[in-house]
Amino acid sequence: MPTRELIKSILARHKKDAYRLIEIVTDVQSALGWVPPDAVAEIAEGLGVSRVDVEGVATFYHFFSSAPAGRYAVYLNTNFVAGMKGRAEVAAAFEKEAGCRFGETTADGRIGLHATSCIGMNDQEPSAIINGVVFTKLTKAKVKGIVAAMKAGRETARIVTAYGDGANQSALVRAMVRNNVRKAGPVILAPFKSGEAIRRAVSWTPEDVIAEVKRSNLLGRGGAGFPTGLKWDFCVQSKADCRYVVCNADEGEPGTFKDRVILTEQPHLLFEGMAVAGYAIGAKVGILYLRAEYAYLKKRLEHVLETLRKNHIIGRNAGGKKGFAFEIEIKMGAGAYVCGEESALLESAEGKRGEPRDRPPFPVTYGYLGYPTTVNNIETLCAAARIIARGAGWFKTLGTPKSAGTKLLSISGDCLRPGVYEVEFGITLNKLLEMTGGGDAQAVQVGGPSGTCVPRGQFERRIGFEDLPTGGSIIVIGPQRDMFEVVRNFLDFFVEESCGWCAPCRVGNPLLRRKLDKVIAGKGTLKDLTDLESWGRIIKVMSRCGLGQTSPNPILTTLQNFRHLYEAKIHRDKEFIPEFDLEAAVQAACRVTGQTLAEDLHE
Amino acid sequence: MSKVTSKIKFTIDGKECVGEAGQTILEAALANGVYIPSLCRYEGLKPAGSCRICTVRVGGRPMAACTQPLSEGMVVENISPELEDMRKALVEMLFVEGNHMCPTCEKSGNCELQALGYRYQMLVPRFPYQFPRREVEPTGGRLLLDQNRCIRCLRCVRSVKTKDGKSVFGPLGRGKTKTIGMDKELAAALSEKEAKEAMDRCPVGALLKKEVGFVVPIGKRKFDKTPIGSDVGRKTC
Repeated sequence: MPTRELIKSILARHKKDAYRLIEIVTDVQSALGWVPPDAVAEIAEGLGVSRVDVEGVATFYHFFSSAPAGRYAVYLNTNFVAGMKGRAEVAAAFEKEAGCRFGETTADGRIGLHATSCIGMNDQEPSAIINGVVFTKLTKAKVKGIVAAMKAGRETARIVTAYGDGANQSALVRAMVRNNVRKAGPVILAPFKSGEAIRRAVSWTPEDVIAEVKRSNLLGRGGAGFPTGLKWDFCVQSKADCRYVVCNADEGEPGTFKDRVILTEQPHLLFEGMAVAGYAIGAKVGILYLRAEYAYLKKRLEHVLETLRKNHIIGRNAGGKKGFAFEIEIKMGAGAYVCGEESALLESAEGKRGEPRDRPPFPVTYGYLGYPTTVNNIETLCAAARIIARGAGWFKTLGTPKSAGTKLLSISGDCLRPGVYEVEFGITLNKLLEMTGGGDAQAVQVGGPSGTCVPRGQFERRIGFEDLPTGGSIIVIGPQRDMFEVVRNFLDFFVEESCGWCAPCRVGNPLLRRKLDKVIAGKGTLKDLTDLESWGRIIKVMSRCGLGQTSPNPILTTLQNFRHLYEAKIHRDKEFIPEFDLEAAVQAACRVTGQTLAEDLHE
Repeated sequence: MSKVTSKIKFTIDGKECVGEAGQTILEAALANGVYIPSLCRYEGLKPAGSCRICTVRVGGRPMAACTQPLSEGMVVENISPELEDMRKALVEMLFVEGNHMCPTCEKSGNCELQALGYRYQMLVPRFPYQFPRREVEPTGGRLLLDQNRCIRCLRCVRSVKTKDGKSVFGPLGRGKTKTIGMDKELAAALSEKEAKEAMDRCPVGALLKKEVGFVVPIGKRKFDKTPIGSDVGRKTC
């Protein structure tokens, strides 16, 4: 189909709604394998917006490309745990079998190899997404088979032959992903009978529902720990004739995958949590903002929504309450870590570039489409539903006084039993390592790259808002690992994922990485360590959103907890070593002219 | 209808000030004759908070003065050694991020980035120059976009629109490869006046109206005699 006709039909499908620009571009990407300039022009004309507005969106997200990405577009995860599990070998196998390098597409346009940030499969690395289909636990041999199938033109979904456990086997999912639930707890992963929470909620007043959530001391599970009841209350206090419930299903912190398991096994609990929130704040519509990496779950989630609608859990007369209607819509992301930040998520849900907004105003007063909106983590909404079903008093018997309830942890890395653990807050790292079989770890990265790197000597520290808060990512780092490789990988991640809006994050992080490289290369002095600290601080203090404010953490927390490693890298006897290597720079010229670098320049 | 504006008391570096509800910290500071260094802000445009140079501390917490609404009793820290050094670092970052050759730039003397460099007595930046390869786009009708000098302040993105509200400029890409894109057809349709306004709003020499670069000679330009920010106190004291 000529581009013009194709764009016309895609635009018609989305009712020429500019707020659906991400869906429109996604359709173009999957139809053409890229977003060509003439498509950008056609979309802009059709929507009545400027080309730069369309191009701005098309160039912001990982899964949109402005050059042909290949009829089979392979996105191989780049995070550190993938590296631990043999990513290099797998990447080399892809290159050998496909016949092109990463960042390239084969000459016939059939296969494209691309790198992408964490895809939420840390418990089964190395993993990749090919045309939306997830491939886990890749090996050289598996890659050979996959590439052969691609060369034979097999449909991507049919390259997968063995499916994972639980709902991964559902006809609507058929994914090779495994849940790896190692420990189910009473709040999130325990069996839940549909209707338990919403029927109870609608028998109370909305104020009483909020009061119960407040009494439970439920704190936001994304990591920031804002009191959920208070957030709902703020939203209600914002006068408006329309409000929205938004669920943040964009877990992107490297090493987290617990929301994947909730979306697979407990979606009905989540959706009921959204309905409870909707009733509490007076919203008629809820939006599940689903990260593109989990698109393979979308069909089933829609099916679950349909079932819940039939059973009056959502939809008209939700929870059996006459006059209460609550609909849930799924909106897809397109690959961007920063969209986990709530205001960036809202921008993205509105079809724009996922750049954070200035706050205030906060989403509770100015959220989705400008209306008061509560943005809650998946796990938070699940906990809220359970709290309504079982009571705040019960909930508070779990965990610690300051961190009530349980926490879902995604544990991966150098441990025998990677997977999802639902534990009570207050658990020590030692206990976690015992459970997971990661006993000889030299460090545990708590809360992903933006969190804290905890050394062996501090393993009695506890998971909880009073000590080690975490959105759920726990990476076990064994004694054989080079800590500088860990830090370097994390910095790469932040450099890649910065939206580029503000100067300190956009410019500062690459500079910080360059300085770290100098130290790693053995050209560092004490001054370089002081610079790392002071530059990191500048980025933290001056950045606009949580990404920049935490991006120096891998360096700052290892400088604090693994100082000896840095000290061993630097030259204590020298005040300054230039980063620039003059000899290497003139080598080629010297070879050609037969001259050598003058002696006095050596000093 | 008479509009009653409520007065808000606050202090900046100990100086007692009075502002109005609805103002940002930066607007209220200016109205009280206090200069808070800033770069991406432009009078009359929605603030973007992109350069972060106007970062102040309120009760110890850092916030951008250009986007933070004023509230009663705020104790604002503006000129402290820590903040001034961090602001200087941001100016240095913007210099090393692009390719800023002041002596040959049409905007020299009218450039706000250069003026801040002077204010902070920047000699050699603490960061290594990045020397990126960037494009010069001469195809925007009366306008020329030199990416070497662009600091992604978003002033043009925020302000240059067509009559029917379409953006002439927009951000492309993300992170360190983020650039400002120009819709060439829409840019070519801008009038003389609109093109001049676009150039005047650009704080650096990235957006130029062709053929007028040296109409005002160097030595007679805005910051050649008076440093940036020096007009603030004078206007109100």
